[in-house]
Amino acid sequence: MSIYLGKNAKVICQGITGSAGLFHSKACRDYGTKMVGGVTPGKGGSEVEGFKVFDTVGDAVKKTGANTTMIFVPALFAGDAILEAAAAGIELIVCITEGIPANDMAKVNLILKQYPKSRLIGPNCPGIITPGVAKVGIMPGYIHKPGKIGIVSRSGTLTYEAVWQVTQLGLGQSTCIGIGGDPIVGTTHLDALEAYNADKDTQAVIMIGEIGGTAEEEAALYVKKHMKKPVAAFIAGMTAPPGKRMGHAGAIVSGGKGTAKEKIAALEAAGIVVAQSPGEIGNALVEALKGKKGKSKPKTKKKK
Amino acid sequence: MKLHEYQAKEIFAKYGLPVTPGVLVKHLSEVDEALKQFPTGPWMVKAQIHAGGRGKAGGVKFCKTETDVRQKASDILGMTLVSPQTGPQGKLVKKIFITPAVDYSKELYVSVVLDRVHRCPVILASAEGGTEIEELAVHKPEAIQKVYIDPVQGLHPYQARQLHLDLGLPSDKINQGSKLLQDLVKIFMDLDLSLIEVNPLVVLKDGNIHCLDAKLAFDDNGLPRHKEYASWRDPDEEDARELLAAESGLSYISLDGNIGCLVNGAGLAMATADAIQHFGGTPANFLDVGGSASQKAVAQAFKIILSDERVKAILVNIFGGIAKCDLIAQGIIDAAKEVGLSLPLVVRLEGTNVEKGKELLSKSDLKYSFASSMDEAAKAAVAGAGGARS
Repeated sequence: MSIYLGKNAKVICQGITGSAGLFHSKACRDYGTKMVGGVTPGKGGSEVEGFKVFDTVGDAVKKTGANTTMIFVPALFAGDAILEAAAAGIELIVCITEGIPANDMAKVNLILKQYPKSRLIGPNCPGIITPGVAKVGIMPGYIHKPGKIGIVSRSGTLTYEAVWQVTQLGLGQSTCIGIGGDPIVGTTHLDALEAYNADKDTQAVIMIGEIGGTAEEEAALYVKKHMKKPVAAFIAGMTAPPGKRMGHAGAIVSGGKGTAKEKIAALEAAGIVVAQSPGEIGNALVEALKGKKGKSKPKTKKKK
Repeated sequence: MKLHEYQAKEIFAKYGLPVTPGVLVKHLSEVDEALKQFPTGPWMVKAQIHAGGRGKAGGVKFCKTETDVRQKASDILGMTLVSPQTGPQGKLVKKIFITPAVDYSKELYVSVVLDRVHRCPVILASAEGGTEIEELAVHKPEAIQKVYIDPVQGLHPYQARQLHLDLGLPSDKINQGSKLLQDLVKIFMDLDLSLIEVNPLVVLKDGNIHCLDAKLAFDDNGLPRHKEYASWRDPDEEDARELLAAESGLSYISLDGNIGCLVNGAGLAMATADAIQHFGGTPANFLDVGGSASQKAVAQAFKIILSDERVKAILVNIFGGIAKCDLIAQGIIDAAKEVGLSLPLVVRLEGTNVEKGKELLSKSDLKYSFASSMDEAAKAAVAGAGGARS
């Protein structure tokens, strides 16, 4: 009834003695996630707020059976933290850290190919949640509701916006993933769509993209050829001028590539219902569920 | 962070790449000193701005005599260069680089950037270098060679030798050319760059390969690793409000409209600007106060938005997750009081502690209108700024 994150997840936090790491480890535990400890090199053997602290991920895995990690390690060391987790056999690596240099992620991405059992989500992401089961990330748990809609997004608060609209419609979510706003991320829109397509308890998917790169176009191609479930989408950044980085390192239109217009055209051509305004994401989902394709019908007429 | 040509050449020289030295001149009075250092002509006078297309815009001149150098320096210093990369408003030239001119027989193009699809750095190179590279990319993309780089080991020597030959460079210079290509990649990886570009790379009359220009940009995320270059940032080249915002941990981008936006999270900030446009308005900026959105950050954000006199209405859109709506509401109330806000203000709060936040706002003296959804907020802000474009 979920993708990537289910009830068997045993979670540690790398960087658990930092303020953000500890705060969110507690929040995840409160939500019901099975948090089994944390890692901070040099603080092994201690305990913080009921969490056992280990020096290395390898040690934590040996002693707790952890299979999932949530990373809050500072940006310049986070790439190494990801590799440490993979080498220790962690299956789901969720990297929340923002601001990792792109060249570091290029290296990490190449080396991770040696660990095909490990899946990376992020970096620079809110994490992943399977409502009612577990959350590994920084999203507010209460806006979610168990259900059958998969949501995958590059951003944080915009994902919450989509989740909230779905919850207010009386629908719920199977699994929500923030894949991160960086140019190089572990799990892509395409990966998530493949997983949702195979998940028998996901009925439809909302995909939220941003300007920059071509990940949404690749996902659209997959939807056109293989997707058996309705898909609704929104692309942020219609108003972005070329060459300006809109907050996320990945959100930049360069060389005329990666504009919102191009992406929306590719999505619509694949039969995806595209919300024309962020306020209409829920509406677009409803239309997709009804079997409509292409442009979402705006509730309000566009004034131009 | 982008560097100027003269700065990039300093780094190139450190790595042993062949560049022509020169002198940076900020005032006309310094021209004679430059000529004393490099007494033999001819010379090049080159505008130092953070944009390409300088030559065509009239910012790069060849000078045969010392009088000519003085004249061209006086022409270029203080001129506003308009190239396809500067935008229509152009860029004021405050610095020039005076350097001996070299004689060459062939122009090539080389750059290193990140390739998002292949998830690694890539060399882009062409035997058809010079000023028309952007045109080439559009009309003759097959003339641009791509070599994908192993991000762990760098450019392999065999790849460098092959590229040297593919660019039509002579085989007796294969060691020189391949070392140069490897060094460019080494600089890109060592310094965590997002761009390194040599346009043109030239073959001198004596057959040697030479970097005639140099352009370089740091990945801002990697800069903390290279503190020695932090002071190389040129504030003249950056938007004052964007710099001020960056100092407070805010991400701010100036846009052309009249509705100031204050949002938490980059995706939601982009989407808010889109919603405004969808309802016929125009956003004045993109502003992300960060996921945690502290009270102090909110106050600073208000000041930055209000320093833009085109702003006719303000839209606050916060989805509290980790950020708590009551704390943000208090930040808005305090900041509005501090700056004496008189513009129409639309507030949309959702998420953690939203009820407490609403209560704080309604009990305050603040004049605002509350919106319960994103669309409603965007519509109200458009109306507040004078209505939709007709």
